[in-house]
Amino acid sequence: MTANQYDAIIIGGGHNGLVAAAYLARAGKKVVVLERRHIVGGAAVTEEIFPGYKFTEFSYVVSLLRPEIIRDLELPKHGLKILPLPSTFTPMDGERRGDYLASWDDHDLTRRELYRHSPKDAEAYDEYAPVMARAAKAIKPIINLIPPDPSSLHPRDLFNLLKVGQYAKSLSEKELYTIAKLVTQSSADLLEEWFETDALKGTKAASGIIGTFLGPRSPGTAYVLLHHYMGEIDGAFRAWGFAKGGSGGVSGSILNAAKALGVEIRVNASVKQVIVKNGRAVGVALENGDELHSNVVMSAADPKRTFLQFVESRYFPEDFVTSIQNFRTRGSSGKVNIALSELPNFTALPFEGKGADSALHRGAVSISPSIDYIERAYDDAKYGQISKRPYLDMIFPSMIDPDMAPPGEHVLSCFVQYAPYDLEGGWNDEKRNELGEAVISTIEEYAPNIRKCIVGMQVISPKDIEAIAGITGGNIFHGELLLHQIFFLRPVPQWVDFRTPLKGYYFGASGAHPGGGVMGAAGMLAAKEILKDGNW
Amino acid sequence: MFQLKTTPFHERTSKLCLPQNWRRWAGYLVVGSYDLTLDREYWAIRNSAALIDVTPLMKYMITGKDASRLLNRVVTRDMDKLKVGQVYYTGWCDDEGKMIDDGTISRLDETTYRMTSADPSLRWLSMNAVGLDVEITEVTDEVAALSFQGPNSRKVLNKVADDPVDGLKYFRLMQNQVDGIPVTISRTGYTGDLGFEIWMDAKDALTIWDALMDAGQDYGITPVGILAMDMARVEAGLFMIEVDYTSTSHAWIEPQKSSPFELGLDWTVALDKQGYFVGRRALEREKREGSAWKMMGLEVEWEGMEQLFKSVGLPPQIPGMAFRGSLPVMVGNIQVGYASTSTWSPLLKKYIALAHLQKPYYEVGTNVRMEITVEHHRQHAPAKVVKLPFYEPEWKKK
Ligand SMILES: Cc1cc2nc3c(=O)[nH]c(=O)nc-3n(C[C@H](O)[C@H](O)[C@H](O)COP(=O)(O)OP(=O)(O)OC[C@H]3O[C@@H](n4cnc5c(N)ncnc54)[C@H](O)[C@@H]3O)c2cc1C
Repeated sequence: MTANQYDAIIIGGGHNGLVAAAYLARAGKKVVVLERRHIVGGAAVTEEIFPGYKFTEFSYVVSLLRPEIIRDLELPKHGLKILPLPSTFTPMDGERRGDYLASWDDHDLTRRELYRHSPKDAEAYDEYAPVMARAAKAIKPIINLIPPDPSSLHPRDLFNLLKVGQYAKSLSEKELYTIAKLVTQSSADLLEEWFETDALKGTKAASGIIGTFLGPRSPGTAYVLLHHYMGEIDGAFRAWGFAKGGSGGVSGSILNAAKALGVEIRVNASVKQVIVKNGRAVGVALENGDELHSNVVMSAADPKRTFLQFVESRYFPEDFVTSIQNFRTRGSSGKVNIALSELPNFTALPFEGKGADSALHRGAVSISPSIDYIERAYDDAKYGQISKRPYLDMIFPSMIDPDMAPPGEHVLSCFVQYAPYDLEGGWNDEKRNELGEAVISTIEEYAPNIRKCIVGMQVISPKDIEAIAGITGGNIFHGELLLHQIFFLRPVPQWVDFRTPLKGYYFGASGAHPGGGVMGAAGMLAAKEILKDGNW
Repeated sequence: MFQLKTTPFHERTSKLCLPQNWRRWAGYLVVGSYDLTLDREYWAIRNSAALIDVTPLMKYMITGKDASRLLNRVVTRDMDKLKVGQVYYTGWCDDEGKMIDDGTISRLDETTYRMTSADPSLRWLSMNAVGLDVEITEVTDEVAALSFQGPNSRKVLNKVADDPVDGLKYFRLMQNQVDGIPVTISRTGYTGDLGFEIWMDAKDALTIWDALMDAGQDYGITPVGILAMDMARVEAGLFMIEVDYTSTSHAWIEPQKSSPFELGLDWTVALDKQGYFVGRRALEREKREGSAWKMMGLEVEWEGMEQLFKSVGLPPQIPGMAFRGSLPVMVGNIQVGYASTSTWSPLLKKYIALAHLQKPYYEVGTNVRMEITVEHHRQHAPAKVVKLPFYEPEWKKK
């Protein structure tokens, strides 16, 4: 074999690309990963934008990372530690301003806290959680299935498809009904059937709109709620964690595992094009002119790059190209990472001293006081504006992993929605400042001393997600989690098994089945299909 | 700040809980045991007077013109037969006739009931109360409860209560006073012994505790944790939700659910009562067609078990407290059921278990074998199917 000849070339060193490479190398293949940036990790990276303060730049919490990947690749041995994120605090608004709603990873504590606000909600919660967990459990095996060819089916036949599936046969009518309902309802509808406390509904609804360009009253958002119920840490459902070192810690452990298995990693290696000969992929050409050869090329970049940029469209059927063009990738969220000299103090639950033992800061803080609040934030975005009062999901990584900031100082990771990719007038420095200001003034309403704590701030718009992480359109999941873009329809009906119309060319990243998040499933499943084809 | 709740007796119990053996119960912290071993507390239940904090029981007041209609609709027993001053133990089911929960219902007056349950039930009750003239209020936090169990419990109560409790019959209740504080005393409990439960306003909890402890001194009164009670309730053939059966609201799969018939609660299913109640149709069908399972008692045969231990050179070893792990029950090489709680009975000197058994293996006298671990190896000890309860002293109902 010549130096640039490989068994498999992986384009993109995001976590999915790394996972796929590791699985292929584990099967004895000679694999190279090509990453355009100077570091790997993609949207799961940690960077020191301000010296001493480590930002978990884009992705910040882990829940969906598949346990079998952790076991197969021995990630704990390679540095993976997923630390618990025990609570979520939602400061309240309106008449309840000054109070908060907390939820815990402990059932009794959560129930007790809910009871404080509404005995009825406390009771309903007892039922809601198992219903959602059961539905998540029911859907979960479907995620691991390579879906059958659904080409003859319309999205509305999802229900029927579920019904014919071998697995689905084991579900009760009631479970099927719940699932069918979950994929068609709005999260607001669903939640209003169950609860009365605004902060509870707001916080739950928020998880139904993350990464979508929809509001809590848009149909289909209930499914996303469920998607977020599928997290699994050490087998426990619905547990969110924070990886030591931030999400770069996850990528780092996969990188180490891949290297130990013999994977070659090339950074600053931007792929220009896939080389096609006799109707099949045979290698890639880099921007710098280098060529690498292999009968297996897998893209772990976003779908638009994968199918519209790396390969000339004449190699694909026309309707395939159209489908990819229509694949919705509207970015709607941004990220603000803040270096802090001290912890901001929340009026709803103030601490004394430095707050080192503040329970609020050890978990997530969600600015989602009500469904209306979030729907209003969406209203701004619908018309091309940054939400004046956006939904925020914050964590203080340094409270969970003290190595994230200099001793006694802190970092704040703040996910913000909505910040539309297609902003009226386009994104520029001024607009970026506007986004930063919207975030700070929102936090200020609940933690008045935030401004004087700030040492440095990184504001990331969807345009920046595109520019830095290389995700076309800046959607955090490479494509919205919409009903017609899930399961067997991701990325395109008929092409859901990680193969593409171009022989030898594969696709295994967040835009593929089963979707986005630091999950690794697409990379792992794609690698398994590649090994099945055995093109060597 | 973010802790489980403590009960109104915490100020007393926490001083006495020397081994710091705490357990969680329905969101509260309660004492597991006051001693490092359970013997003294167990024997207080069976021999003198045991004072047990049972405040975490979920409690609901159900009042109004339609209170009995609501209860009749929800639970399996016939509430029209429940007299004022009487208490019923009952289960309640979902529409498929599978158990949601179990508890007691006390009729305090014509239109007022107090219901206890293990799981939160407000939502279920409210859903069933649609269109009825009834008010449901949760009083779990407001009402403190002490279980006062054991052969001497009556004598102690007679010392502190204004009115003697001698005339208080099994599963009846009376309004009474202790040190001028109003209490409700019911002749109920979770031990199968002579015993009472005392219901009081949470603010009066410590006064009542002190009065009882004081009056009980000469009668061997002993604060007892829930671990010793757990042994006694197995002897009494009483089961526990999420241990001996899975509530339909927590079950993941159908086979985890149990009907009242399958739990041996036939006597609580009043198919002869008027009108619809939740699960009626399914229960009628099961009554007709027979049940596939039944909960029974198992008595491990000592000699057989001794043999298994002897073969490795050991005397028999049995856990010193109730064990809540599931143990397979075999006939030949076929698993015919499982024990859900097993315990050493210090009084009967037997190793006993509550077991779910498949038809026809639930007949009294059937020879089965139950899994035990002998020096790290799984073995099956011979056991016999017996009727519940294992132990019923003559003074329990007298
Ligand atoms: C702001 C933000 C917050 C998020 N928060 C969370 C969260 O909290 N929890 C969670 O689970 N998920 C979160 N996500 C989603 C999650 O981060 C992504 O779904 C996931 O990281 C994507 O992984 P991937 O490997 O599929 O793709 P990516 O990580 O996007 O990797 C694609 C890689 O391809 C590279 N690439 C692109 N073009 C080329 C080229 N021409 N040549 C070579 N390389 C190329 C890119 O540089 C990139 O490294 C978040 C995402 C964002 C943006």
